Amino acid sequence: MDANKLAPTGAAGSVAAARADAANALARRDRFRIGEALPWVIGLAAYLVFPNQMVLGGQTLIMILFALSLDLILGFAGVVTLGHAAYFGVGAYAAALLVTDLNWTEPISGLAFAAVFAAIAGFVSGWLLLRYRGLALLVLTLSMTIMLQQLGNLFRDFTGGYDGIPSINIAPLFSRFDYDLYGHAYYLYCLGVLFVAFYVVRRIVYSPFGQALVGIRENTARMHALGSPVHGRLVVAYTISAALAGVAGALFAQTNTLVTLGVFDFDQSASVLMMLILGGAGRLYGAFVGAVLYMVLQNILAKMSPAFWQFGIGLLLVAVVLLARRGLVGVIDDALTGLGGYLPWRTWGKR
Amino acid sequence: MTAPALEVKELQKSFGAIHVANGINLTLPRGARHALIGPNGAGKTTLVNLITGVLRPSSGDVLLDGEAITHLAQAARTRRGIARTFQVNQLFRALTVLENVYLAIGERSGACRRLWRSAGAERAVIDEALDHLQSLALVADARKLVKELPYGRQRLVEIAIALAQRPKLLLLDEPAAGVPSSENHLILDVIAKLDPNITVLIIEHDMDVVFRFANRISVLVAGAVLTEGTPQEISADARVRSVYLGEGQGQGHGGAP
Repeated sequence: MDANKLAPTGAAGSVAAARADAANALARRDRFRIGEALPWVIGLAAYLVFPNQMVLGGQTLIMILFALSLDLILGFAGVVTLGHAAYFGVGAYAAALLVTDLNWTEPISGLAFAAVFAAIAGFVSGWLLLRYRGLALLVLTLSMTIMLQQLGNLFRDFTGGYDGIPSINIAPLFSRFDYDLYGHAYYLYCLGVLFVAFYVVRRIVYSPFGQALVGIRENTARMHALGSPVHGRLVVAYTISAALAGVAGALFAQTNTLVTLGVFDFDQSASVLMMLILGGAGRLYGAFVGAVLYMVLQNILAKMSPAFWQFGIGLLLVAVVLLARRGLVGVIDDALTGLGGYLPWRTWGKR
Repeated sequence: MTAPALEVKELQKSFGAIHVANGINLTLPRGARHALIGPNGAGKTTLVNLITGVLRPSSGDVLLDGEAITHLAQAARTRRGIARTFQVNQLFRALTVLENVYLAIGERSGACRRLWRSAGAERAVIDEALDHLQSLALVADARKLVKELPYGRQRLVEIAIALAQRPKLLLLDEPAAGVPSSENHLILDVIAKLDPNITVLIIEHDMDVVFRFANRISVLVAGAVLTEGTPQEISADARVRSVYLGEGQGQGHGGAP
């Protein structure tokens, strides 16, 4: 069906059909597909199958959320940063201090409180730093996080310095579900929060605004030529991303009951970046695959030997970067495309 | 008398000691079909960059409909109605053709501010995008990724994006560059049929295109306008001939005269 060839000879019907087809494809691309239920089914199944692993499970869900927040700005808008731990840290400290200094122990409002502080930090730093790209931005985001960490060390009375803030005890969820040592309630709490955050990110990336972010990633110069307020768009995305990273940090503080300045470590920023690259940046589910793989491997390999773990993850990353630039989800995409051309989720173009 | 659509006054731009624009003057009335020709390195693309705001001039003024826009940034000039195509494709290669045009309209109309609504629910944006694609016979390619298209069709997408910006002033920077001659007519037909209300400045090496399309021609040499006139005047001008035959020869342009 070649509408172009038929059009001049008066086959207006086929042009109309091609138009409807294209419009429908765009309108339907954000429908939920069957494959998208998989991560959540696995998440719930893990709860039933590995009841003794729920502490690790909760931590993994937190890292998925953290990686997902990074995906919005890195995977979709194409901004590479090495300082995402800053917002995780601000969220963690906001949630912790809310409990210990203000005696406000209700957990969900604690998350909102942390999100606001992380968003403010994201907005201010984003507004200042997002004028730069590439190496300059890497160095700036990295230094900003180090400066925040040292600031925390400077105001020791407030933050507890490197000893951190101990005994962050939050109230039962919905004043009903208390937390046990095995982390069962925590796990479900994290899973619920992750689901909400995922819904938010998914909506954003399928919106016209999300399309503009992808446009900035693909060709910033053209976006400028289209009159796009590129800096403004990036600041908005960065602020949302920071807020979500802050929620991840708050969950970490609430479930860990201890926060130290370690949350600002370079290691944190680097790990979340590795998870995202491993799973596949700019494809929503990359954060899930990458974070789960990273956390599970860390757990298994580090038990054998710490050196084993470092070497293993390094090797895996090298393999992914060299052989599967689009991450493991990209590999799965290709495999499914090869099998039958049907993808149970949408991709944002092959690169 | 109404102000000209575009006026360029004594435009100067230097990078260090190199003067890439050396007092350029240019006036285009509304609806003009104006061609800019000149040998390689004459500063043609620099002039486009100065008009669109990618570069800021060292001195001189750019006026759109009589209003100075020299101080405005690129995005602000775009909102005032300046659109351009690029000498080398500047497309969203990993996105579909429809998504490419969608972005142009979404940024123009403000739809791209919305982040809590499905992109596919913006029917007005999609319909307009499809109108532009239809007028360029690109509807059948709407769902294809740009990079899957042959180069000639990619050049059409480049034009579709510029038209989707609903420009008052359209700058075409070698629209047929790199297009195999078998697909050349696609581009030429589109350019010939452009809305007469749009003021068009075209940079082109192919003299067939220039003579078919333009009713005025400016010759740019070493950052300044050597001469300006009708196609007949320009083709009869001995200086132009010497510039093109003397210096322009052998610089590797597909369509040099």
